[in-house]
Amino acid sequence: MNIHVKRGWYRGRPAFRPRLGREGFFAVLAYCPRCHKDFLETKELQGMKEKLEHIRQEALAALAETKAAADVETLRVKYLGKKGELTALLKQMGKLSPEERPVIGQVANEVREALSSALEARKQSIADALLNQRLAAEAVDVTIPGTRPDLGHKHPMSIALDELKEIFIGMGFQIAEGPEVELADYNFTKLNTLENHPAREWTDTFYIEEDSSLLLRTQTSPMQVRTMERQKPPIRVIAPGRVYRKDEVDATHSPMFHQVEGLVVDKGITMADLKGTLNALVEALYGKGSKTRFRPHHFPFTEPSCEVDVQCHACGGEGCRICKGEGWIELLGAGMVHPKVLQGVGIDTDIYSGFAFGIGVERMAMRRFNITDLRLIFENDLRFLSQF
Amino acid sequence: MKLSRNWLAEFVEVSAGDKEYCDAMTLSGSKVEGVEVAGDEIKHVVIGQVTAMERHPDSDHMWTCQVETGSGPVQIVTGAQNVKQGDFVPVALDDSWLPGGVHITAGRLRGVESNGMLCSLKELGLTTHDFPYAIEDGIFILSDDPDLVKEGLTPGRDVVPLLGLDDHVVEFEITPNRPDCLSVIGLARETAATFDQPLKLHIPEVQGSGGSVDQLLDVEIEDPELCPRYTARMVRNVKIAPSPLWLRQRLRSSGVRPINNIVDITNYVMLEYGQPMHAFDFSCVEGGKIVVRTAQEGEVIQTLDGTDRKLATNMLCICDSHKPVGVAGVMGGANSEIEGDTAMVVFESANFNGVSIRRTATALGMRTDASSRYEKGLDPMNTYKGVQRACELVELLGCGEVVDGMIDVIAADQTPKTLPLEPDKINALLGTCISEADMRAMLLRLGFPLEGDTVTVPSWRSDVEHYSDLAEEVARLYGYDKIPATLMRGETTQGGLTERQKAAQQAGALCRSMGYSEIITYSFLSPACYDKIHLAPDDALRKCITILNPLGEDTSIMRTTAIPSMLETLGRNYSNQNKTARLYELATVYLPVEGQTLANEQQMITLGAYGGALDFFSFKGVIEALLAGMNVKGVQFERGAQGQTFHPGRCADIRVNGVLVGILGQIHPLTAQSYGLDCAYVAQLSFQALLDQRAPEARYVPLPRFPSVQRDIAVVCDQAVTVAALEDCISRGAKGLLKETELFDIYTGAPIPAGKKSVAFSLKLRADDRTLTDTEADEDVKSILALLEQELGAVLR
Repeated sequence: MNIHVKRGWYRGRPAFRPRLGREGFFAVLAYCPRCHKDFLETKELQGMKEKLEHIRQEALAALAETKAAADVETLRVKYLGKKGELTALLKQMGKLSPEERPVIGQVANEVREALSSALEARKQSIADALLNQRLAAEAVDVTIPGTRPDLGHKHPMSIALDELKEIFIGMGFQIAEGPEVELADYNFTKLNTLENHPAREWTDTFYIEEDSSLLLRTQTSPMQVRTMERQKPPIRVIAPGRVYRKDEVDATHSPMFHQVEGLVVDKGITMADLKGTLNALVEALYGKGSKTRFRPHHFPFTEPSCEVDVQCHACGGEGCRICKGEGWIELLGAGMVHPKVLQGVGIDTDIYSGFAFGIGVERMAMRRFNITDLRLIFENDLRFLSQF
Repeated sequence: MKLSRNWLAEFVEVSAGDKEYCDAMTLSGSKVEGVEVAGDEIKHVVIGQVTAMERHPDSDHMWTCQVETGSGPVQIVTGAQNVKQGDFVPVALDDSWLPGGVHITAGRLRGVESNGMLCSLKELGLTTHDFPYAIEDGIFILSDDPDLVKEGLTPGRDVVPLLGLDDHVVEFEITPNRPDCLSVIGLARETAATFDQPLKLHIPEVQGSGGSVDQLLDVEIEDPELCPRYTARMVRNVKIAPSPLWLRQRLRSSGVRPINNIVDITNYVMLEYGQPMHAFDFSCVEGGKIVVRTAQEGEVIQTLDGTDRKLATNMLCICDSHKPVGVAGVMGGANSEIEGDTAMVVFESANFNGVSIRRTATALGMRTDASSRYEKGLDPMNTYKGVQRACELVELLGCGEVVDGMIDVIAADQTPKTLPLEPDKINALLGTCISEADMRAMLLRLGFPLEGDTVTVPSWRSDVEHYSDLAEEVARLYGYDKIPATLMRGETTQGGLTERQKAAQQAGALCRSMGYSEIITYSFLSPACYDKIHLAPDDALRKCITILNPLGEDTSIMRTTAIPSMLETLGRNYSNQNKTARLYELATVYLPVEGQTLANEQQMITLGAYGGALDFFSFKGVIEALLAGMNVKGVQFERGAQGQTFHPGRCADIRVNGVLVGILGQIHPLTAQSYGLDCAYVAQLSFQALLDQRAPEARYVPLPRFPSVQRDIAVVCDQAVTVAALEDCISRGAKGLLKETELFDIYTGAPIPAGKKSVAFSLKLRADDRTLTDTEADEDVKSILALLEQELGAVLR
């Protein structure tokens, strides 16, 4: 039938279609879409058209009253079902002339389509309303706290240590580990710390053997020697770990604490490289543009040696309570590996040079997290741990 | 080291203010700790002269004084009794400040107007050591002190400069390699080099008074190793008196208490030259002979502090022909102390072996100014200058007549060290391009003479022995801040964690994901811990590494198990009223190894928990999940009981592929009690064992294409039969179709007979190549049931 429709002069443009059939004043002309001819409507045709229109009006009115999807379905059966009113009406088409049949067929289709889309729309809107109702009913107070699984907390020392590791891994460093119960040879002698050095005192160092040959390492620096003994340059390692000194426990001292040792040995390593590397560390820790100060210092196993301060973030170098008026906060000790240390492990100092540094992790973590008492770190009270 | 800037000015002129001075010195290697001005807190305290005094009308001990303070007389009431008309006194005027933040204002004392206060020594922060002519409890009468009178006592003049309280004292932190900087001259040399100013050194000159020291005194060094040089001069007709004001002020600024002229001179020389000096009473030196020797068995000396010291045979002593008169380099003996009646004095200026001095001082428990200098190793060339300066001061102060001649016994090698100057190597090490001329100039400023390309190391710089030491000298004067910052070049290296380190991080993350928080505990324990956790008396873990000089018993052994650390932490949390605790630690234990010096340092994972919804199985579940997360497969749990550490019925050994990797369980009530705990669960796993037992990385197995069949069985067996035994039996009984076995119920009670239990499993059976028929599945189940009955007497319920 659509093919017929599309052949007319008003092809596809229903707005221009002559709608003569509705006027009663004139003898109404009807148009047959099949043979493209106008003809006069009969009473029967008009009657059926009116009935169809009536069905449409009645169904739409009933549809507007429906509340549930089932009601809509009942209406669909009533009007459009096999035994529905529309079907029943169309069965009476036999009374019409052959030209009239397609005309009424077309109208009937229009009504069927209008009704089924109205039914669908109604069904949808009822479903939407139902869903909305359900959603409204299901609304919760989102401000009620969630039921969360307990998560454990990383110790603040580990947070600080892991950050350091990450920074150095990014710079191509490996991570070495070594013994805490250490030979005095590694902790002192091979680090150019001679017999008369006060750090060797029994008042400062924990000893395991009467002859002072075995001790608890007082620094992670023995890892410099151990690393160079088992690895040839180029070397870039850090060695984090526990170290021990004979200090009574108080707010700033502990007989056990953590250090991170760093060691770089390669051809042509200079003090300028040391500065560049540690500046990169400070920028990674405290942000771009953080200022450092390199001060001459003394360590037996580095020469030249330095201490590195970072400009106080609280006062920007003016001097305040946090930096004790100095404007700088001591961060670490460093230096060029002492030629005696390199020679001691058989590294040719004419070819290779290196630098080393040691960072106190507790102090760094305390400053970072505003921890005011070192004892908190080793007391492990959950009220403390769960803050991190 | 405290450095008076007044004193410093004698050797080098520096116009820099304190801040600039301190910054420059810190950057050139002499770290400044701070600056102090003693009289900083004193304001508006002036010299006054008491012009009239009368009794306070309302008091039997107070006086009303009229005091001339330069701008007319001021009325001041005082309670002190030592003031006389005409005396010059320090007057705190109205609105003045004294040390300690004391504010003085005008007021009334028992109705009489008082417009200030007359000050005592104490109120000015001084002692009778500083001003020996004054008294402790009374007004400080300035006019009693001849030195102050010489200064000129003008009413109205500020007392701060008069009393020498305006000196700026800079405190330095001196590194142990630079004992030469423990002296005014040493720091003056650093100052001169830093500011590129000339260093004005003074050569002491001694007039002498005839006689010959050689006829009076003989010195013998028995052990030249311990005493490389001994220099001495003598002074006769000694007049012991207080030192003059200028000398006392310098000592006070340097933190040394003035005592009397002779003792003060020794301290002055020590501060100025860094050379410790000792003065002793010649009359106490029997036989006119000094022997420097180690102590003999059983020798005792009373030192100047009045304590009897037993001397060990390795301690170096200064002795006369019979007895020790001093502990070399540490402290003099009371028997030769300088006292008011001392007539003849020996000035000792010696050089001792640093290690020997340190050991003696430590063993005797007395670190003195002298010993702490000696132990760092002093310049043997300094003894001569020291004794000369002391004698010069004796003559300057007029406190005795210096005997001609000097005793100087030298065993030290006096050949100066030399080093080649290698500018290229220095620049290569520093990463700089400092010119050779600049390097030479810097070394000269620091007192390193150069001849051609040879640098002579001055005798006071025993720390310099290599070109890298010269590099540091150059670098610190050039300025560390001027060294460029570069990034390393050369072969790139691969950074990263080892497998083991990654696994440790993974284990930590797993624990935290299950609610366990990380703890970090001390590596040392108390030996009592082993009893506290009820370890069997013969348990191998009791064999541990002992610290010979621990801080205390509680931290005297290195732990061989981390369970006590965990229990202690749980106990602390419990007593701090934390209702629940879930903790873990990656803890190192230190196991002694027979025939090996170093310990076997092993990492343990310990987990501990109390409170909340916790029972054996929820805790075990955490361990199971941890092991699964670490990709450890084939884990078995067996009943284990370790003495009384764990509850005997709620403790399991953890085995992986038959290897024991750890233990878990409820803590024995007795052990829990000893840590103040109620009920706690603890597990300890060997991290290394877990690593060794990890399954290979997973490979994809195709997903099953055919459905599985589920069969639930419930069997009744003896109570004693374990689930593990049943499961094992089930897996062996199946004919290859069983894919999963899951326990879902254990039931005891009617209608199950007493002593029996019903255990129900859900079995999943599947074939990889076809859909199973019921018959096939039933056959497997039948076979399983048969084995269960045969081996364990477990029958289908």
